[in-house]
Amino acid sequence: MNFDLPKKIKPLVNNAHQVALSVFRPISRKYDRAEHEYPKELDMLASVLDGMNDGDPTSSAGASQTGKGRGKDTGTGVKNGANMTTCLGALELCYGDVGLLLSMPRQGLGNAAIAAVANDEQLERFKGKWAAMAITEPGAGSDSAAIRTTAKEDGDHYVLNGEKIYVTSGERADCVVVWASLDLALGRAAIKSFVVEWGTPGMELARLEKKLGIRASDTAAINFNDCRVPKENLLGNPEVDVAKGFAGVMETFDNTRPLVACFALGCAKAALDRTRELLAEHVKLDYEKPIGNVSAVEAELYTMEAEWEAAYLLTVKAAWMADNRIANSVEASISKAKAGRVGNYITLRCVELCGALGYTETELLEKWARDSKILDIFEGTQQIQLLIIARRLLGLSSRELK
Amino acid sequence: MAKDAVGYALTGLNKMASSTLLDRLGLRRLVERVAYSLTRTGFRVITTSARTFSSGKKLDKPERLTAPGHTTDLFDLNITDEQQMIRDSVKGFAQEVLRPRGEEADAAQRTSDETLSAALELGLNFFAVPESLGGAASERSPVTTMLVAEDLGWGDMGQAVAILSPMGVANALTQWGSADQQARYLPAFAGDEPPKAAIAVTEAQLMFDPMALSTMAVRKGDSYVLNGAKAMVPLAAEAELFLIAAQTEDGPAVFIVEGGTDGLSAGDDPAMGVRASGQRPLILENVTVSAAQRLGTDDFDYRKFVDLGSLAWCALAVGNCQAVLDYVVPYCNERKAFGEPISYRQAVAFLIADMAIEVDAMRMLVWRAVSRAEQGKDFKREAHMARTLCKEKAMKIGTDGVQLLGGHGFTHEYPVERWYRDLRAVGVMFSGLHL
Repeated sequence: MNFDLPKKIKPLVNNAHQVALSVFRPISRKYDRAEHEYPKELDMLASVLDGMNDGDPTSSAGASQTGKGRGKDTGTGVKNGANMTTCLGALELCYGDVGLLLSMPRQGLGNAAIAAVANDEQLERFKGKWAAMAITEPGAGSDSAAIRTTAKEDGDHYVLNGEKIYVTSGERADCVVVWASLDLALGRAAIKSFVVEWGTPGMELARLEKKLGIRASDTAAINFNDCRVPKENLLGNPEVDVAKGFAGVMETFDNTRPLVACFALGCAKAALDRTRELLAEHVKLDYEKPIGNVSAVEAELYTMEAEWEAAYLLTVKAAWMADNRIANSVEASISKAKAGRVGNYITLRCVELCGALGYTETELLEKWARDSKILDIFEGTQQIQLLIIARRLLGLSSRELK
Repeated sequence: MAKDAVGYALTGLNKMASSTLLDRLGLRRLVERVAYSLTRTGFRVITTSARTFSSGKKLDKPERLTAPGHTTDLFDLNITDEQQMIRDSVKGFAQEVLRPRGEEADAAQRTSDETLSAALELGLNFFAVPESLGGAASERSPVTTMLVAEDLGWGDMGQAVAILSPMGVANALTQWGSADQQARYLPAFAGDEPPKAAIAVTEAQLMFDPMALSTMAVRKGDSYVLNGAKAMVPLAAEAELFLIAAQTEDGPAVFIVEGGTDGLSAGDDPAMGVRASGQRPLILENVTVSAAQRLGTDDFDYRKFVDLGSLAWCALAVGNCQAVLDYVVPYCNERKAFGEPISYRQAVAFLIADMAIEVDAMRMLVWRAVSRAEQGKDFKREAHMARTLCKEKAMKIGTDGVQLLGGHGFTHEYPVERWYRDLRAVGVMFSGLHL
C-alpha cells in the first residue's frame, strides 16, 4: 500500500502545472469574455504536447492516451500507467483553465474514444486527427439509449441521419465521433460510434451555444443529412450483439469519467488555493487544532480541503484500477459523482467566502464557479452516476431502478 | 440559561421534598434526574491490580521495529497476502462473534470474557509485541492494525474498542517505550493472559484540545503527581495498565500508570454509544508515579501518539459504515412498500449510492494517513483531514442507516440504532486507541 505518487510522474505533473500557470491563466479571462473566438495561443502548445505524446506516452497530458492496456507493459507487477498520468496531467491543466483544456487540439473526448476502442488500422489512420465526441441529441441527454440518429448500411458506406448537440470543439476538430443506431428496433445494442470527418457531404454546423461557463470551449450543434461515412470508420465491432448490449460503447466511460473528475478537481483546487491566498491574513491554518475549536472560515477551509482530497484519491484509485486492468465501472462513477459535486461545492463556496471580491470579474473565482457546473453534468450527470452505483450495489436492472 | 422563576420554584419544591406535590405535578422524574446528576460523580470503583509487572530480561536500548519494506514508489492500493489472511480471519470473527453479541454487550456495558478470550485466539496481541520480548512481530505495521480495526468495527464498534484497547497500549509501548518500559510491560502482552489495558487522553472539557490538557502532572523530585479526570476510558474498571496523558510544564506527556495505584479510580458515566467498551471516567487524585514512568525517550512524538489513536477511531468508523451499507442493501431490496421493493425508488437508492461513495472516501483518507505514518512520513495534515471527513460522513451514514429502516431502524430489533449511537463517537474521541 502506498498513496504517494511515484517520482516518474512528477515531471509530467510539473510540466502541466507550468502550462496551467504560464499559458492558460494569462488568457483565461480573455476567452471567457470572447466566447467563440479560437484561442490561437493553443496551437503552439498543442504542437509541444504532440511531441511529448510521441516521445513518451507516460509523460503526456492528453486524452488521446487513455485506454486499457495501451501503456507499456512492464511485467506482472502493479502499474501506474497512462490512465493515471493522463488524469493527473488534466487535473493540473484544469488548474489553469477547464475551457482551454477542452479546446486543446487533438486532445478531445473523441480521441479518448478512438484510443479506447479503435483497431490498429484505425489508430494509424486517425493518428494526429483532432476528434470531437457527439452523443447528445435534443431528445437524448443522459438517456443515450434514446438516440435517434441512424446509420443505414449502403454498399461500403453507412448513411447517417440525425441531429447532434453539445459537441465540444465540434467545429474546431478535424472529425467527430458520432453515436448512431444501426437499427432503432434493436435498442442499445445497435448503437455504434462512427468517425465522421469534416468535409463529408451532409455534415453541417447548425450553431455554437452560448454558455454559463467554459466559454473558451466551443460547443457545437451538428446536423447529419444523408451523410455517407466509409464502413471502415465504424469503431469497434459492427455486429449487433443484443446480449452484450451497450457494453462496447459504454466502456469508454470507465476511462473518461475519472478524467472528467480530474477536470473538476483542477478547477476546484484553483479556487481553493486562491481563496486561501486571499484569506491568508485572516486565517491561521494549524492542523494541530481540533476543527471544532477554530473560526467558521477556517473550519470551512479544512472541510473543503478534506472533501477535495477524498475526491482526488477516489479518482486516482479509479484510474489506477484501469491501469491495472481491474474492472472499475463503479469506481469510475464514484469518482465522477464525488469530484463533480465537491468541485461545484468548493468553487461556489469560495466565491461566497471572498464576498464581492469573489463575485466580481477582478478575480477568476466567479469564473471557476461557473465553469465547475458543467463538470457535474457532462460525461454523466451526478444523478446518472448515482443510478449506476446504486443499480450495481443493489443488483437492480434499469427497469427496476429507473 | 440562567435559572428563572420556574427553576427557583423547583429548587424550593425539591428542598421541601414534598412527594405528594411532586407526583401531582408530574415532576418526580425530573427532580429525581437532577438529584442523580448531582450525585453521580460520587460513584467510584477502584481500578484493578491483578498482577505485578516485572522485567524478565533487560534491554540495552528500546526495540524499534521497522516498517514493512516497500519495493517501489508506485501508487498502490494492494494489501499484502499476509494482511489479506489476517483480514479474512478477523472478518470471520467479527461476523460470527461480534455481530451476534452486539446488542447484548451494549446492554451489559461490557464485552464478555468469552468474547475477549475468543479474540485472543486471533493472536493479534502477538503482532503488537516484538519477537525479542516474546511476541511475534518482526515489523511494526500500523496499516495492519488499521485493517484489523476496520474489520472489527464492521462487526461491532463497542466490542472492537474493548479488544483493540490493550493492543493499542502494546503498540504504543513498542513504538515509543524506553528500554526499561518495554522490558517491564511488553512481555506480559505476549503471555497467555495478556493484561487489559487502556489509553486515556480525552477529557470531558468543552472545546477539548488534546494538546492542552486539564489533567496536570506536576514534577516532584523523582516523581510526577497527577490530578484530573479522563473521559470515555475503555475497560477503565478492569484495566491493569493505563497510558494517561497529562499536561506537564513542558507540554502534554503520557504516563504509564498501573491499575490499583493509589488515587486512581474509575467513575460511572454511561455514554450514548460504544457502551460495550466498558468505558468510564478515570479519576486521578494525587496519583504519584516515578519519573521513569513518563512514556518514551527523546523520539517520543505526542502529536503522532494522539493522531494514531484518532485514526484508529476513523478505521473503526470506516468498518462500521461499511456494515451499515452492507445491511441496508438487502433490507431495502426485501422491504416492500406500494407493491415493490423500496430500493426501486431513487430517493432510497440514492441514499445508498451516497453511502457507497462516502464510505470509500473515508477509507481513502484513512488509509493514506496511516500508510504515510507507517512509512515514517509526516501525517499530521492527513490525519486531520481523515478525522474531519470521517466524523461528518460517518454520522451521515449512521443517520441514513436508521432512516432507511424507518420505524424498524429506531428499535433494538435491528442493529442500525446502535450503529447510529456508536458512529457519533468518531467526532468526540481523541486517541484512546493506538494503531
